[in-house]
Amino acid sequence: MASGSVANQEGKVMLLGFWCSPFVKRVEWALKFKGVEYDYVEEDLTNKSTLLLTSNPIHKKVPVLIHNGNPIVESLVIIEYIDETWKQNPILPQDPYERAMARFWANFIEQKVTEPARDALLSQGEQQEKKVKEIKEAMEVVEGEAKAKLNDKTIFFGGENGVGYVDIVLGWTCNWMETVEEVGGFKVLDPESQPQFHKWMANFREVPFIKPTLGPKEKLVEYFRMVRQACLGLVANK
Amino acid sequence: MAEEGVKLFGTWASPFSRRIEVALKLKGVEYEYIEENLTNKSPALLNYNPVHKQIPVLVHNGKPVAESFVIMEYIDETWKHNPILPADPYERAMARFWAKYIDEKFWPAAKKVLVTKGEEQKGVIDEIQQQMKNLEGELKEKKFFGGESFGFLDIAANIIIWLVVAQEALGMEILNEEKLPILHGWLQRLLNDAVFKECVPPKERHLDFFKVKFGSSIASK
Repeated sequence: MASGSVANQEGKVMLLGFWCSPFVKRVEWALKFKGVEYDYVEEDLTNKSTLLLTSNPIHKKVPVLIHNGNPIVESLVIIEYIDETWKQNPILPQDPYERAMARFWANFIEQKVTEPARDALLSQGEQQEKKVKEIKEAMEVVEGEAKAKLNDKTIFFGGENGVGYVDIVLGWTCNWMETVEEVGGFKVLDPESQPQFHKWMANFREVPFIKPTLGPKEKLVEYFRMVRQACLGLVANK
Repeated sequence: MAEEGVKLFGTWASPFSRRIEVALKLKGVEYEYIEENLTNKSPALLNYNPVHKQIPVLVHNGKPVAESFVIMEYIDETWKHNPILPADPYERAMARFWAKYIDEKFWPAAKKVLVTKGEEQKGVIDEIQQQMKNLEGELKEKKFFGGESFGFLDIAANIIIWLVVAQEALGMEILNEEKLPILHGWLQRLLNDAVFKECVPPKERHLDFFKVKFGSSIASK
């Protein structure tokens, strides 16, 4: 086993998560990529544990990584922490400029794809249309990056090291985007205008430590449908 | 032949742009500063940041880096003396967490307080004061968020200076010694720091900026 994944109390790693959260999944991918052993605790988000509330008092959200008794929150912050704490299988590149590029693209994905996708899932009508337009524009940029960076030899944004930071941050689209589309009733994925991105998705889904984590779509659709209805119901009743 | 040296594209009143100035000055890195007119962006800026078309952009040996925290981390990793981020991964995670908090929660609220009135504004002020109390919880008894000297989170928290100037310009009461003594003390130390004080907008010009832009939208209490 890789060094750093010790079983004693001092090195103990715990992840507070929720089964269908893409943010939690990212952190699991980072831990699995490094071969770090961890205890996974499934949270009931309708009845949050004391541990969750005391570990993340500001946001009260998952994922929370607890290492040596110290809580770290926010998926991107957690992933950088994991990369800096366990040095095997680097997630971010070594070169400062390449690292800056990886961080830039991770931020872009979060602001222009991930957040609007969540907003589109939880909205309708004009508001949803606006978000869908934003996502489509962002996907053009993502396709452009994929065209520029990927080829038959380099199939991931992590380059010659294989899967990297940008792949892990973008990875949620491989499973959740279709779910969000189906539940929200819109389309942003298009194999014809996004051929490189679709190639990347196909490759990412096949990565041995990723594949088993991409759960059955039906369960996700069922859960997100419930969340959407609850959210829109709240809005309608205001 | 690749361009040598360091360039910073920024604007005088942007806290994001000023963050980069602090980082570069702290490291003693010489740079060429280009003041952008955001209503008429230069071809160079559009070329260096085609995705967002925003400042700040740092260009190092011809290669552009955008987004203030990304630039700050790049600077810290490229020029290793006078570190901005702490060495310990957990401390680094805390600095990054609170920096994100400032940009994602505090900054939108600070912008909102300038364009709201009456009860709605009061609600936003309460929100900002709670956010600043949360920051005080992170600062505790330290001289700076970074410890004995200022670091990543202190630089990220520079937006608080903008809020303080805005409140003076517009007659609002948000951050004062009585309500937020720990943060107030921190602010005085920051503004007295030799490097930091060079990297804030000139006070009079900054006050005028807020009065002109937002003066008419603030209702009298």
